[in-house]
Amino acid sequence: MSENAKLPPLPVGTFVERAVTWSRKNLFDGWFNTLLTIGSIAFLLWLIPPLIQWGIVNATLAPTIEGCAEVTGACWGFVNANLRLILFGTYPYEEQWRPLLAMIVLMGIICASLGGVKYPSVRKWIIPMWVVGVPIIAILMWGGVLGLTYVQNSYWGGLPLTLILSAIGIIFAFPFGLLLALGRQSNMPAIRTASVVYIEIIRGVPLITVLFMASVMFPLFLPDGVSIDKLLRAQIGIILFTAAYLAEVFRGGLQAVPRGQFEAGDSLALSYWQSMRLIILPQALRLVIPPTVNSFISMLKDTTLVVIIGLFDFLGTVKLALRSDPAWTKYYVEGYAFAAAIFFLICFSMAKYSAYLEKELRKGEQR
Amino acid sequence: MSKPQHAHGDVRSKSFVDYLNDENVRAVLYQVIAIGLIILAGWYLVSNTLNNLEKQNISTGYGFLDLEASFEIGESMIDYSAKSDYATALLVGLLNTVKVSVLGIILCTLIGTIFGVARLSSNWIVRKLATAYVETFRNIPVLLQLFFWYALIPSAFPHPRDALEPLPGVLLTSRGMYLPVPVADNAYTLMGIAAIIALVVILFVKSWAKKRQDATGQPFPMFLAGLGIFVGFVFLAYLIGGAPTEMSIPALKGFNIRGGYNISPEFLAVLIGLTVYTSTYVAEVVRSGIQAVPNGQWEAADSLGVRRSVALRKVILPQSMRVAIPPLTNQYLNLTKNSSLAVAVGYPDLVSVSNTTMNQTGQAIEAISIFMSIYLGLSLLTSLFMNWFNKKMALVER
Repeated sequence: MSENAKLPPLPVGTFVERAVTWSRKNLFDGWFNTLLTIGSIAFLLWLIPPLIQWGIVNATLAPTIEGCAEVTGACWGFVNANLRLILFGTYPYEEQWRPLLAMIVLMGIICASLGGVKYPSVRKWIIPMWVVGVPIIAILMWGGVLGLTYVQNSYWGGLPLTLILSAIGIIFAFPFGLLLALGRQSNMPAIRTASVVYIEIIRGVPLITVLFMASVMFPLFLPDGVSIDKLLRAQIGIILFTAAYLAEVFRGGLQAVPRGQFEAGDSLALSYWQSMRLIILPQALRLVIPPTVNSFISMLKDTTLVVIIGLFDFLGTVKLALRSDPAWTKYYVEGYAFAAAIFFLICFSMAKYSAYLEKELRKGEQR
Repeated sequence: MSKPQHAHGDVRSKSFVDYLNDENVRAVLYQVIAIGLIILAGWYLVSNTLNNLEKQNISTGYGFLDLEASFEIGESMIDYSAKSDYATALLVGLLNTVKVSVLGIILCTLIGTIFGVARLSSNWIVRKLATAYVETFRNIPVLLQLFFWYALIPSAFPHPRDALEPLPGVLLTSRGMYLPVPVADNAYTLMGIAAIIALVVILFVKSWAKKRQDATGQPFPMFLAGLGIFVGFVFLAYLIGGAPTEMSIPALKGFNIRGGYNISPEFLAVLIGLTVYTSTYVAEVVRSGIQAVPNGQWEAADSLGVRRSVALRKVILPQSMRVAIPPLTNQYLNLTKNSSLAVAVGYPDLVSVSNTTMNQTGQAIEAISIFMSIYLGLSLLTSLFMNWFNKKMALVER
């Protein structure tokens, strides 16, 4: 902070000289920092070379149990041999191009929606993309029309399931959460109370209890003869849960819109819904984009909990593959590392993008 | 717009349409409709549920809590056997949840603070390492981490026969960790009571010291005095209790280890997983808390001649706490709620025990309502406490 006040001296000297100055300042500044540096380097030396030895040098990709038994390092062969099972679960083998395509479509729409925040030319296509995209994904996954064979959703699994549960979860939670947020801000006591009670109850309990409720209690709620399957129940549970969190995100956005904007709407004699649609929401929603992306990231991580109620999402299929043959069971480190790497890639890149968006949005305010 | 008409003394009585256009009437109407819809939906669901339950021959009510549970629970902080009733089983689960949450909260605060401070270090390599830790573990689902630790512990540590002994008396085996503990004695109960009394005494001394400092400006070495009071009271109780020295030391007997205190692999997996995951969030909270205090505050304290350690305690920390407390509360609540994932690795927490209960008795609604209201209660209690604390810490603007 105070460094900003005095400009840093321009780098001078040869590369080596500059490197020495830099490391003096950043690594060996006083005895305590020197100690920390030496400790950290020792830690890295202890961690990294064995990790490379295990993960790359001594590892194998051979997709057989025998091949894995021969090496001392990681058995990536486990992932290699079970890749289709891990990625797509028990979806019929010949039809697995369909979830793959659905996943690509979904990823494409998600990326375009995220990019649309930045580029206005893409922005107007976001809603049409979802309106067209979701049915396409549904047709690809379920089939039954256009010559595609029907695949029951109890066979769905793997990465497509994880992405579908979280993306559909957030899309459907969006309007519901918005209504809840507006309800919480409302002047009408009954509507306000109902919204607050819903939001606080859902936010006060863990997701797993909502999923249990969805999987055990929903069947009891329905009239005789009507039943919805496990996947749909989990999806509804996720939507109900996410809506409460999104409502709080939206409330933050609504509260950040200055009071004068509401009054401006009133003085133009706009109705409540007109002034919301034309004045308040465009401003509020722009502000909540980064926290909404963060909600999506938590959602993506939290969908792994559907394993507990017996669905095979991406984490579930890794466990399934580990159990598929007792000989594979001991390669859990490789399996979990693979799943962790995929989750990390998706979550980390979205988190970075959301942080970037936040900075961009703030830029506008600072003018 | 009906109002101007009335203002001009229009004799026409209000028509039905006028009523509909009145903002207040509309508000009431909307609310009546909303409540009506909620009640209707609720009634529909309840009637369906009762109907379905009747068909499945499941009786409603909490009577099952008095029945014999007839299942074992791996670890319990109170007396429990398969002969105990369901209520006791659920209490065991709740205590296990509280145990892992409290320990997790303490540990994740410690670790999170270290990494949060390390991310602001002037040392480049320390900063990068801390960033790598935070970014890695917060972007991997916590359940995956739990599964990983749960798979790792039994396979990474040896069979009890050749247990590792990193410290004398501490054993590491595939069945968890064993610690030597003092054999139960009345003296320890006495020490607990003494500790509570000591805390009350410290509170009194503290308020007296504050009053004196406000009146005379004389500071009082509260930390040392508090420590002295606490240690003195507890040690005195230990002596009065007869100073027991008997220890229960874990040792191999037959095929298993007897004695000592066993920390199960399930508990360790849940504790490590939750701690590591939540500590990354705590680190971010700590970092933003420290960054939120402007440098000018340090400089102001400096120019008043306040010592740096005092400035940290009296100027910087109170301000960063103000920023950090609400998000920290959220993280503690998240950790407590995430402890419900214990069900996935077989640690007998509240949800896990309720799940077993639910499967045995078929009382799904009752079991779910019990654990949901307990979590809700825990959350509400924590938020109430934190709101009170926050109000106490909040900026008092004139």
